Amino acid sequence: MGLLSIFNKPGDTMLRLPAGSLAVDRDGQVLASTLPSSFPEELAREIARQVIDAFHGAAEAQLPLSELVVQYPSFKITARELRGGAMLFLAPAACPPFLETNPAYDR
Amino acid sequence: MAKRRKILLVDDSPDLLSLYSEVLARLPSKPQIATATSASRAMAMLESDGYRLLICDLKMPKVDGLQLLSIVRRKYPELRTIAFTAVPDEQFRSRAYALGVDLFWHKPATEQETQMFLDCVESLLGQERDSGFRGVQSKSLADIIQLECISQSSSVLRITNGDLTGRIWIQDGELIDAHTGDANGEAAVRKILGWRAGTFEMLPCEPARARSIFKSYSGLLLEFAQALDESRGAEDHAAPFVVDPLAWGQISKVAGIEFLLAIRQRPLETPGAKPRQTLSRGLENPERMGAWSQATWERFRLLGDKLQVGVVERIEGLGPQRHVALTARGDTEFCVGWGSALDLEGVRAGMKQVLGLWAS
Repeated sequence: MGLLSIFNKPGDTMLRLPAGSLAVDRDGQVLASTLPSSFPEELAREIARQVIDAFHGAAEAQLPLSELVVQYPSFKITARELRGGAMLFLAPAACPPFLETNPAYDR
Repeated sequence: MAKRRKILLVDDSPDLLSLYSEVLARLPSKPQIATATSASRAMAMLESDGYRLLICDLKMPKVDGLQLLSIVRRKYPELRTIAFTAVPDEQFRSRAYALGVDLFWHKPATEQETQMFLDCVESLLGQERDSGFRGVQSKSLADIIQLECISQSSSVLRITNGDLTGRIWIQDGELIDAHTGDANGEAAVRKILGWRAGTFEMLPCEPARARSIFKSYSGLLLEFAQALDESRGAEDHAAPFVVDPLAWGQISKVAGIEFLLAIRQRPLETPGAKPRQTLSRGLENPERMGAWSQATWERFRLLGDKLQVGVVERIEGLGPQRHVALTARGDTEFCVGWGSALDLEGVRAGMKQVLGLWAS
């Protein structure tokens, strides 16, 4: 069965979650980024836009926020509000989620 | 003659499909093996035929394995799934499990690994949901108590639900005592059984424990099941979304809490049910906060789908005036406001308390 390794497909075409940060203006435009170039710009913009919209929506609901943390089982977005724009920190989760007993607030 | 299980094997390489089909043919249960070279073909095959197990390569063109698994887990929750990859990457493993796959496996390279893989596949093929071999994860607390009692065990079950803990003492297959908070005996059993989620552990038995419960375990569980059926029946008839005033009182006392908004989403097909019901405390304008909460939860849920990172677990916002935390349990979304004096850890601890009290 060692022969199987020769069938391994070359290249890495799967979406890899990025670790890094990006600065975003108030319109959700990415101003600067330390994300790997392999991560699609379109997805980075999408993340930025959703975070900015969440900040703006909160302000409109009379709940101004300076920081937002979005936790997924295998990914975390931390965003700090910066004069209408935001600084975003993206981090894939280190801990496999199946080790958690109950993901939301039971850690 | 036992029915042969069906396995669908998905990989974009026909050579590998042929090779793995031969390997899987060695399984003792002799399953039927079908193959697909693309995710779209696999979806069509799943649509037209019933399969027991899907084994899917991760790295495929156009629609990759994670995308396929993400769709399959929602559309066919009963289908067992194995993500199969040559990419030894923790991130993909984490994301695959976040999407709910049963097993993540690196493509075997040795005879020993192949045998281990076959053992796992055979085990997954043999698991029947209806007969309860899915594992303790899908067992209710009532099932666990029943198992302990039927097997005439003696043990102490310690159950934890957020900040709430309870103990149930079992002696020679009889439920003899229980305790949680200020409740003891039968009242404590009913309270603990009412918790919808949590963790449990088995502790050594305490033979000296005094007996306070004299009703049989089956009688107690039957009473509980009847009460549950009645409450479900009431829900089915669109019962109002209400919370026990005592629970509200306890939640209001959680340190730092400023407001609570609970939004229950009901399936549209539920007869007579309103699609959305809201409860709130401490908010002057719950509609506005509810609209933001729902929009924010939905936007990050959709973002999670795009990124293939699983279902959003929680969203926390820190602000100069107050903090807010969003999460969901079952069909209910929660938006809880917290005083700005708390830090993020304080908000998380508070949320655990609120959710524990809500569940109880």
